[in-house]
Amino acid sequence: MIPELGHFALILAALVALLLGTLPLLGAHRNRLAWVAVARPAASALALLVTFSFACLTQAFVANDFSVVYVAQHSNSLLPIQYRVAGVWGGHEGSLLLWMLMLTWWAFAVALLSRQLPEVMVARVLGTLGLVAFGFLLFILMTSSPFERLLPGAAEGRDLNPLLQDPGLVIHPPLLYMGYVGFSVAFAFAIAALLSGQLDAAWARWSRPWTMAAWCFLTLGIAMGSWWAYYELGWGGWWFWDPVENASFMPWLAGTALIHSLAVTEKRGSFKNWTVLLAISAFSLSLLGTFLVRSGVLTSVHAFATDPRRGVFILIFLVAVIGSSLALFAWRAPKVGLGGRFALVSRESLLLTNNVLLVVACATVLLGTLYPLLIDALGAGKISVGPPYFNAVFVPLMTPILFLMGVAPFARWKEASVPEIARAVRWALLPAVVVAIALPLIYGAWSALTALGLLLAAWIVATALLNFAERVRHTRAGRSFLAAALSQPRHFFGMHLAHIGIAVFVVGVTMVSSFQEEKDVKMAPGESVDVAGYHFTFKGVRAVDGPNYAAARGEFDLAVDGRFVRTMHPEKRNYHSSAMPMTEAAIDAGVLRDVYVSLGEPIDRARPEGEWAVRVYYKPFVDWIWGGCVLMALGGLVAMLDRRYRIRSRAAATVATPAGSQQA
Amino acid sequence: MKLLLPLIFALFFASTATAVDSATEAALAADPVAEKRLQHLSEELRCLVCQNQTIADSNAELAQDLRREIRGMIRDGKSDREIIDFMVVRYGDFVLYRPPVQGNTLLLWGGPLALMLLGLAVLLRYLRRRAARVADDAPLSADEASRAEALLKEDNPK
Amino acid sequence: MNRYYWILGAFAALVALLAVGLGLNPRDVPSPLVGKPAPAFNLTVLATPDKTLGPKDLQGKVWLLNVWASWCVSCRAEHPILVDFSKKSDVPLIGLNYKEVRGDGGFDMSKMSAEEEKKFAFQRANAWLAQHGDPYKLTVMDLDGRVGIDYGVYGVPETYVIDKAGIIRMKHTGPVTPDILGQKIMPLLAELNK
Repeated sequence: MIPELGHFALILAALVALLLGTLPLLGAHRNRLAWVAVARPAASALALLVTFSFACLTQAFVANDFSVVYVAQHSNSLLPIQYRVAGVWGGHEGSLLLWMLMLTWWAFAVALLSRQLPEVMVARVLGTLGLVAFGFLLFILMTSSPFERLLPGAAEGRDLNPLLQDPGLVIHPPLLYMGYVGFSVAFAFAIAALLSGQLDAAWARWSRPWTMAAWCFLTLGIAMGSWWAYYELGWGGWWFWDPVENASFMPWLAGTALIHSLAVTEKRGSFKNWTVLLAISAFSLSLLGTFLVRSGVLTSVHAFATDPRRGVFILIFLVAVIGSSLALFAWRAPKVGLGGRFALVSRESLLLTNNVLLVVACATVLLGTLYPLLIDALGAGKISVGPPYFNAVFVPLMTPILFLMGVAPFARWKEASVPEIARAVRWALLPAVVVAIALPLIYGAWSALTALGLLLAAWIVATALLNFAERVRHTRAGRSFLAAALSQPRHFFGMHLAHIGIAVFVVGVTMVSSFQEEKDVKMAPGESVDVAGYHFTFKGVRAVDGPNYAAARGEFDLAVDGRFVRTMHPEKRNYHSSAMPMTEAAIDAGVLRDVYVSLGEPIDRARPEGEWAVRVYYKPFVDWIWGGCVLMALGGLVAMLDRRYRIRSRAAATVATPAGSQQA
Repeated sequence: MKLLLPLIFALFFASTATAVDSATEAALAADPVAEKRLQHLSEELRCLVCQNQTIADSNAELAQDLRREIRGMIRDGKSDREIIDFMVVRYGDFVLYRPPVQGNTLLLWGGPLALMLLGLAVLLRYLRRRAARVADDAPLSADEASRAEALLKEDNPK
Repeated sequence: MNRYYWILGAFAALVALLAVGLGLNPRDVPSPLVGKPAPAFNLTVLATPDKTLGPKDLQGKVWLLNVWASWCVSCRAEHPILVDFSKKSDVPLIGLNYKEVRGDGGFDMSKMSAEEEKKFAFQRANAWLAQHGDPYKLTVMDLDGRVGIDYGVYGVPETYVIDKAGIIRMKHTGPVTPDILGQKIMPLLAELNK
C-alpha cells in the first residue's frame, strides 16, 4: 500500500512540476501576476510530494518490504537500521529519487528565501527548476521507478553491497547530490536572466549565495567520497580519476570558475555573458555526469547497473535542457551590454585568467574521460586512459592557477600595475622558498616536484596573510590591529580561508605522494615490523561476528620510540550475502600522518592462527587533503554569510522606494 | 573458541581458496628486488577483468596469472620494455594504464597544452580589444547629463 | 548566425559522440591478434592423453578455436549452439579447455600435485562433455592458462576463427549467439573456405 502511495505521489509531483514549469514562465512573459503567483506554492507542493514519496520508499526499506523489487535488490533483514535507510540511495532508482528530493528542496529553499527578489524573477527561476524536475520525474516514472512490485514478494533481500555498508554511504551521496543538484539553482537564475533580458549586477548578487552554497556542498561531497575510498578500499588510494569521480570534479571546476566570475559581475557588471555561460555549463556538467554514470557508455567501478533505454532517455533530456539553454544564450548574448571597463592588467583580467585556466582544466578532464569513447567511436583503436595521464597533465595546468591565486588579491579593480603587485608580494617569496627547500629535506628526500608543490602552497598562505595584513593596516583607522582584523568583511575572510584551504590540500597531496611508505610482510603472532619509525606488533587474529557478517579480527600494537600508543584492529569480513571478502583497514589518524594496517590472507589457509600477510602504510599529511577541502568549504560558507546577502540588512541599505512598488 | 576459529575460516576461505591478493603475494615474495620491479610494472598495466584497476591492485584470476607471468619474465632476465610489449601484443593498447604516445593519442596528450595556449591567446586578444572598445565611450554631453538626472529623479518602475 | 552558436555546435558534436557511445560496449577489448598468426602451442588432447595437438596440425584447414571450462556459466549458454554447429558444418571446432581446475576457485591449489590436477581436470572435462554434448573435433587442455594468455583470453568463453594459413581472422569474446554465428562467423568461414 505504502509503495503505491509513494508512486502516486511521484505522479502527482510530475503534474505539479509541469504546472510549475509552464504557468509561472508564461505568466512572467505575459505579465499575468496570477500565474506568476503560482510559482512559490507549486514549488512547496512539489517538495512536499517528493519528500512524501521518498519517505514511503524509506519505510519500505525500514520495514523490510521485499515485495518491492528495489528493496529486495538492495536490502536484507539482517542489515543494520542505518544501512537500511542509507540503502534507499544505494542503487540507481533510489539515488534518482534522492536527486529529485534534493532538487525539490533547493527549489523550496529558493521559494522561501527570496522575498526580496521581484516576483517575476522568482517565477522564472522556479519555473525553470520545475521544468528540470518534470524531466527527471518523467525519467523516473518511465524507466526507473523504485516502487516496482515483485509478486510474489521475495523471502529475503539480496543485501546491500558490502562495500556500501559503511557510514560513508550515509553521508557522501546526500552531500554530493546537494552540491550537484544545487548548481541547478545557479542555472535557473541564469535562464531567468536570459529570458527576461535582464542581465545585470543585481542578478549576480542574488545568484551568488545560492551558487556558493552549492559549491560548498559539492566540495564537501567530493572530499567525503575521497576519504571514504581511502579508508574503505584498504590500499590507501584517495583519488582514481575514475569516470564517476571525474563526473563530479568537472562541475566543481566549472563551479569554482563561476563563483569567481560572479564576483566580477556583481562588483563591476562585467563578464555577464561569460558568467551566464558558466552557470549553464556547471549544471550541464552535472547532467552530463548523471548520463555518464548511468548509461553504460564508460566503465567505472562506481557505475550503476546500466540499461541502454535509460541512456537514451537521459541523452534526450540532456539535449532538451542544455540544447535549449545554449540556444537561448546564443540568441540573447549579443544584446547584452558590455559592463565596466578595465585595463589589461587588473583584478578583472586576472580573475578572467583564472576562469580560463579552470575551464581548460575542466576541458582536460572531459577530454581524458571521453577519449576512449572517442577513439572507439572513430574506429581508431581501443585505449584506456587512467591516472597516469591525468596526474601527468593536471599538475602543469594547476601550477599557474595556484601561482595567480597569490597574486590576484593584490591587484586593484579596474586598473592595476605589475610593479605595484610585485612589490606587495615580494615578502611572500622568501618564506615560500624556505619551506619548499626545508620541508622535503626534513622528511628525507628532496625532489623538484615535491618542492614545487610546497612552494606553491606556502606561496598561497604567505600571500594570503600578507594581503590580509595589508588590508587591516589600511582600514585600521586608529583601532587595535586585532579589532581592525575582526571587523573585516566576511567575504574577505572567506576568500583567504578558502585559498588557504587549497594550500593545505596541496601540501597534503604533495607530502603523501612523495613520502608515503608501505610494507608487505608476513607476520606470525608475536612478530613485528617497522615502517617510518612506527613499530607494529602482531598479536594474533580472532573470530568475531557482526550483524550480517563473520570476521577475522586482527590485533596490532602500535608503538613509537618504544612507547606504546594504541591497539589497532583491522578486519577481514565475510558478509553472509557475498562471496568476496572485505577488508576493513585499521587507521591511526593524526594531524601530521596516518598509519594504516590491513590484513591480507593467512599464509596457510588451514591455520589462521599462524602467519598472516599484512600490509602497513605510513601516510604523512594525508588528512590535510580532506582538511584542506573542509577549510575551502568553510571559507565559502563564511563568504556566503557576508552582510551584503543578508535579507534584513538589505532593507536598510537599498534606496527607499514608494510604498506599493517592488524593490529592484 | 578453538574450534570456532578454524570453522569460520574454513567457511570463509572455502570460496576464495585460490584468490590470493597482491599483499599476500608481496609478503610471500622470495626476491624483494624482483617484487619491486613487479609492482612497478603491474602499476602500468590495466586489469582487463576489473577494468578500472591495475593488475597490481586487482585480485581477479587473470591479474594473478599475469603477475605470475611477469615474475617469471623478470626471472628470465627480460627488460621492462620487453615485458610491456609482451602484454601489448596479446591484449592490445587497452592494457596500458598510461596511454601510449602515438598517432591516435596525439590529441589526448597534446590537447591540454594546446587548449591552455589557445585559451590564453583568445583571452589576451579579447582583453586588448575590450580595452580599446570601451575607451571609445565618450563622456555625456551637458544635454544628456541633465536628461539622465531627470530620469534618476523619477520613480524606478522596477 | 552569431559566434555564440558555435557553442551549440560543439554541444551537438558531443551529443553525437555520446549517442554513438550508447551503441558501443566499453568493456569489449578487441584483440590485437586478428591478422596475426595463431600463437603456437602443444597441448595434451583430452580424449587421447598420450597425444598432443597444436595449430601446426591444422595448417591448411579453416578452423574454430573455442575457449571453455566446466565452471563457466556462459559456456553452458552457448554450448547448444556449438553442438548444433558441429552437426551442420565440416569446419573443425577445436576446444581449448582453460584452467579447468585452477579457474574454479573452489580448490586449494597448494594442496594438489600436478598429477592430481591433471587427472581431476580430465575427469571434470570429460564428465561435462558427456553431460552437455561434445561439439569439438578435439579438446586440448590448458591447465595453467599459459596458452590462454598467449591468445589474449580475458573472459571465457571466447571463440577464434583461424584460416588455412594459420592466421587468426576473427575473435569473439563472450558466448556465441545464433546471431553472431549466422551473421559474422558463417559468412567468414564461407569466404575463407573458397
